Amino acid sequence: MDLNRLVQDSEYRWRLPMEGPMRAPGILFGDREQILQMDDKVFTQLYNVTLLPGLVGPVYAMPDAHWGYGFPIGGVAAFDAEAGGVVSAGGVGFDISCGVRTLHTGLHPRDVDAVKTELADALFAGIPAGVGSRGSIRLDHRQMDAMLEGGARWAVKQGYGTTDDLERTEERGCIDGARPDDVSDHAKHRQRREMGTLGSGNHYLELQRVAAIYAPDIARQYALAEDDVLVSIHCGSRGLGHQIGTDYLREMVIAAPDLGLDLPDRELACAPIYSDLGQRYLGAMRAGMNCALANRQILTHLTRDVVSRLLPQARLDMFYDVSHNICKVEVHVVDGKPRELYVHRKGATRAFGPGNPDLDETLCAAGQPVLIGGSMGTASYVLAGTTEGETTALSSACHGAGRAMSRRKARRQYSGRQVVDELAERGIVIRSPSQRGVAEEAPLAYKDVDRVVDIAEYAGLARKVARLEPLVCIKG
Amino acid sequence: MQQRNWEHFEHEADMGLRADAETREGLFEAMGEALTAIITEPAGVRRVETVTVHCEAPSNALLLIDWLNALIFEMATRGMIFGSWHVELDGQKLEGRLEGEAVDRLRHQPVVEVKGATYTALSVTRDSAGRWHGQCVVDV
Repeated sequence: MDLNRLVQDSEYRWRLPMEGPMRAPGILFGDREQILQMDDKVFTQLYNVTLLPGLVGPVYAMPDAHWGYGFPIGGVAAFDAEAGGVVSAGGVGFDISCGVRTLHTGLHPRDVDAVKTELADALFAGIPAGVGSRGSIRLDHRQMDAMLEGGARWAVKQGYGTTDDLERTEERGCIDGARPDDVSDHAKHRQRREMGTLGSGNHYLELQRVAAIYAPDIARQYALAEDDVLVSIHCGSRGLGHQIGTDYLREMVIAAPDLGLDLPDRELACAPIYSDLGQRYLGAMRAGMNCALANRQILTHLTRDVVSRLLPQARLDMFYDVSHNICKVEVHVVDGKPRELYVHRKGATRAFGPGNPDLDETLCAAGQPVLIGGSMGTASYVLAGTTEGETTALSSACHGAGRAMSRRKARRQYSGRQVVDELAERGIVIRSPSQRGVAEEAPLAYKDVDRVVDIAEYAGLARKVARLEPLVCIKG
Repeated sequence: MQQRNWEHFEHEADMGLRADAETREGLFEAMGEALTAIITEPAGVRRVETVTVHCEAPSNALLLIDWLNALIFEMATRGMIFGSWHVELDGQKLEGRLEGEAVDRLRHQPVVEVKGATYTALSVTRDSAGRWHGQCVVDV
């Protein structure tokens, strides 16, 4: 990215200054090198979002930002319905409510080492992952609608997990306002055999070791200690969410002229929040979020089942579950006044600070856990939301490392076998249905997650709590 | 058989598809092949089952997105992969005949599922020599 087009506000904060039709500035978080390495299209996409109606405050790009579609991945923007604000299907994306769920295990890495290969094989056999995999759960129309309304709460009622799981799940497992009637039959049909499936691409299930603690006070409140073993599940709303995105993007693109919207990029497809289309999308998107929460709950159940067979002493208690592709209604203080805003986070994680009423009482003092996914060979992180982050970027932080290399380039540069062998030498066991898929997800195809997380902390987005290193990774 | 070409182009997070052909029908068929090539080697797909799809859209660009999304939907719901694409167009109405087979995870080694076709970098154009060109980015 051309630095001459930006104003540097501080060492880690860069601004697209107001000009022409922009409704607010754009803000990028990163050090000089990261910003230089960002594609110019991130600048263009950030600029385009600043043109949307009803925008409140700056549009933000997190330190892992990269070229997406419509919004940059790592983009955060808020809109006020009372000011003609919009909800954007492009600002949420196809993988509605994709997120990370992390579980405690009560295990030590040596427990895992004793059965690592068997455990990897058993998880690979027990967790449907990758193209062509099918879940064992079939939902009829009535059950589908109940799942879309009930989210993880529905899953728990069906016997997948316990009510304790819900306390540590965003929205306590179920977002209000889901409207299954606004989800097409196509979307429901696409989901019929995908409940309890991991998906593919960058989705994974990992066993991880807590390799370092940076904030012992918060780690204690999170019940994290060095050499704990955790399980992290990264996936979303599967085919249902993908089809909701497809359906509403199309409808919004076609309706834009009639709605008086002159979109700088068709992929920013949106509708006024106070419009029939906007309301229908919100109802469907929230159903998509409930689908993702139910899916991660079912995957939790499947994981517990597999792990308990090989390691009966394990206790897979919930640590936290948070999404990073979603639009949520939140109250934020703007110019000294609280305002209800529709906050879009596309590849960005909500990061509520201490005292936020949405947090479970056991997390309220420490702030919300922010779960940052890594790639197979690099670290994941647990961060904590901060009070400062509420004004820095609408309580938002990064969501992962962010890609540094396209899939095409990665598969030219790496072979799947080579990646699996190299990681095995480091004690990391990979299971995946596709060697080419592993090559496209090679660790070096991603940015340096350590640096991304450092910048998130230096920029005041969230506080670093723990570093997690992979032991076993099931890739879709 | 008419000459048609396709390629994948660079996109940081996802995958770009680009194709050109002598006819609009050929362009859509080539984009179908480019879509399969994200998932597996198209030549390795057996043609044992036929599926028909219909699309209609107000512009060529939107029709391309609808076509790709129809392929994505059929692959997802039928658990199939396609190795042959035949397109007939009547104005802005498309009828597609697809031939393929159920995904075989060992033989196809499917890389990644495609979530949807996006409107990013989307275009369908015809050059001065009459050749059709099209492209878009798909989310994987």
